[in-house]
Amino acid sequence: MTIERAVSPAQRAVEVLGGDLTEATLKRYLDGLPGVDTVGLEQRAASLGTRSIKTTSKAWALDRIIELIDLTTLEGADTPGKVRSLVAKALVPDAGDPSTPRVAAVCVYGDMVPYAVEALGDAHAAGRVTEPGDGLINVAAVATAFPSGRASLPVKLADTADAVAAGADEIDMVIDRGAFLSGRYGLVFDEIVAVKEACRRADGSFAHLKVILETGELNTYDNVRRASWLAILAGGDFIKTSTGKVAPAATLPVTLLMLEAVRDWHRLTGEKIGVKPAGGIRSSKDAIKYLVTVAETVGEEWLQPHLFRFGASSLLNDVLLQRQKLSSGHYSGADYVTID
Amino acid sequence: MSFLEYAPAPESTAILDLKPEYGLFIDGEFTPAAGESFLTISPATEKPIARIANGTEADVDRAVAAARKAYEKTWSRMSGRDRGKYLFRIARLVQERARELAVAESLDNGKPIKESRDVDVPLVAAWFFYYAGWADKLEYAGVGANPRSLGVAAQVIPWNFPLLMLAWKIAPALAAGNTVVLKPAETTPLTALLFAEILQQADLPAGVVNIVTGAGETGRALVNHPDVNKVAFTGSTAVGREIARSTAGTGKKLTLELGGKAANIVFDDAPIDQAIEGIVNGIFFNQGHVCCAGSRLLVQESIHDEVVERLKSRLETLRVGDPLDKNTDVGAINSAEQLARIRELSEIGEAEGAERWSPACELPENGFWFAPTIFTNVSTSHRIAREEIFGPVLSVLSFRTPAEAIAKANNTPYGLSAGIWSEKGSRILAVADKLRAGVIWANTFNRFDPASPFGGYKESGYGREGGRHGLAAYLKEGAGAMSESAVRSRRDASPERAVLSQSTTKEEQ
Repeated sequence: MTIERAVSPAQRAVEVLGGDLTEATLKRYLDGLPGVDTVGLEQRAASLGTRSIKTTSKAWALDRIIELIDLTTLEGADTPGKVRSLVAKALVPDAGDPSTPRVAAVCVYGDMVPYAVEALGDAHAAGRVTEPGDGLINVAAVATAFPSGRASLPVKLADTADAVAAGADEIDMVIDRGAFLSGRYGLVFDEIVAVKEACRRADGSFAHLKVILETGELNTYDNVRRASWLAILAGGDFIKTSTGKVAPAATLPVTLLMLEAVRDWHRLTGEKIGVKPAGGIRSSKDAIKYLVTVAETVGEEWLQPHLFRFGASSLLNDVLLQRQKLSSGHYSGADYVTID
Repeated sequence: MSFLEYAPAPESTAILDLKPEYGLFIDGEFTPAAGESFLTISPATEKPIARIANGTEADVDRAVAAARKAYEKTWSRMSGRDRGKYLFRIARLVQERARELAVAESLDNGKPIKESRDVDVPLVAAWFFYYAGWADKLEYAGVGANPRSLGVAAQVIPWNFPLLMLAWKIAPALAAGNTVVLKPAETTPLTALLFAEILQQADLPAGVVNIVTGAGETGRALVNHPDVNKVAFTGSTAVGREIARSTAGTGKKLTLELGGKAANIVFDDAPIDQAIEGIVNGIFFNQGHVCCAGSRLLVQESIHDEVVERLKSRLETLRVGDPLDKNTDVGAINSAEQLARIRELSEIGEAEGAERWSPACELPENGFWFAPTIFTNVSTSHRIAREEIFGPVLSVLSFRTPAEAIAKANNTPYGLSAGIWSEKGSRILAVADKLRAGVIWANTFNRFDPASPFGGYKESGYGREGGRHGLAAYLKEGAGAMSESAVRSRRDASPERAVLSQSTTKEEQ
């Protein structure tokens, strides 16, 4: 019986589920999580979305959104030049306003990591824990046959190790949605554990692991809740909604649900897990709704780059336009912010 | 700075164009009253808003006469289709003036603007739209082939949802072909008077709707007026009883929508995060000034502690304060009198041994305020588990088996509403079947829809508002109708009530 197959004894899972970790115990635990009522969840998200964030609160929120952005380029057409340009934008988001904070990270494909690291120079966080305002920027790399995840485990691990060796501070991995949907939770679990191990650097420290659930393919909220717990139990530092390549990408209800999982994990163990909605968040207005949802669900302390990120590319320019509006009192236009 | 201390986001009152003084709306005109006028105040600041006329018996007489004349000369002779046109027009005007109505409602009642803006006023428009559609289809309402209107309806409404209760009363009455004299609550007359302006804008024939402001005496004169054919009352059980007594034997048709002490039942297989939201919405929506509020929380023993803990941390995020601030979740208590009653019952709760808890929250100095409050360790015999508090106070009780949950839920003289939280559909249906309550919400709470009948069992009153059933309260049976006893036996076979599940209400959004 494959279901009695032992799974990797990841530390968190052993602590919460006990020593004899098998696919069956894992499945029982995940299937025993309370259900999610679709209408109720969406209603709660909508009501959080009606918060009215004005004046000083808005100014703070706009700066903080920038500090939480993983500025991203994930295209087949990416080049070293494109990545250098992205890094320049990350360092100086608004050429007209030097007080603009820097973003949290740049997010690129694995082979682009060396160019990003080089372009960042001294501003590269290089494994240091970053705080808002310190000017340090992380390099995040997508790995494990992103975005589909359809490759053998050795290939996924090599992909990961390669990016870490090149200097990536963070790895954004994808889970095997096919395996998850067919109920083979153990397989998904083992893969995350293995990828986490592949994030180990030569000095024994780890690159931060973000686990992409690709919620658009998981389809139900119950699945999103199970996948969130699975990823946390297996050792993920962050749970991330989407690759950005599948619609729907991040939505407010899905992010709220993942934040609830993180809140419950914290209640259970005292440990803080990060959340990263990615894809589809394009306006400041939307991003502010996410900040509200974070603050009112897990608490304000989660509004830090090591606990919350936005995976986005076009969001930054909209925030900059809003920022300019706040200081000047009038709206400018797309030509007053730089394309990257 | 703390992000969670959101900067003030007050809704502007500049949109309001209030008069310093309002008369009675009789026969299509604002007219002075014979009685001494009184001030309506904002419960959040205790500042006066406007001077309101106090209708006397003579004023009520005038209003009823105007309604009678309009009934005989115009409204009862008008085709259903034309009546519907007026109702559609009113609905659209309510939408057009939605922001203004929401601001006025929050100002006068103390409820948060986000509720008046997102719940009350949209529902008001929905109610008029819904019954506008019925006006020319009365023969399909299930009361016979040729249903007839009753005549003049006397309607007395409470202060908790001033404009929404007005819509619940006026829309079906007009659709069915009746004319109306309505008395708004003493503390919240403002939106009814703005509504009178909307009626003028809509060119509704004079006298079809008359609004007589005043206190209890005015209401008494209205329901006891010999020339009214129908009395509809929403309010306290004590007043409802008095009305039932005084209308008995007069031939007036009567519907009463009275108090409640609803059980909100949470089973151990509930969708827990949504259940917490539902509990909060059930009792803290509109400061708990809701007759169908889920004021008794029944939690399965195995998850009792977890639910209470989660509930407490959720309550920490509720924002109590200025009703006009768009981020306010819990507004002001409507009146000093109501505040005194909430305080009194809460103190009794403590004295009887229940454990009281409120989140840390700063209450404004002026105005009437009460922090959201939870009582745990409550026994079924405690007064806070029996009496309607009508405020933001939740009593938490536990149960072990579904049978015990049903027994405890039904163990109240009231029977207006109930809630069931479970992911198991068969359990929801089985439990709902045994609850003696007019409305049962499954995995949601305090959801209203014009198509769904609403009303109570036992001391919560009788008659239904909303839906097809709501029309029947304003119609005489026509030829071919089932006899009363046949209707009753059918009703007993399938209880006349709504089990609203989210999947059915969702489609209507």
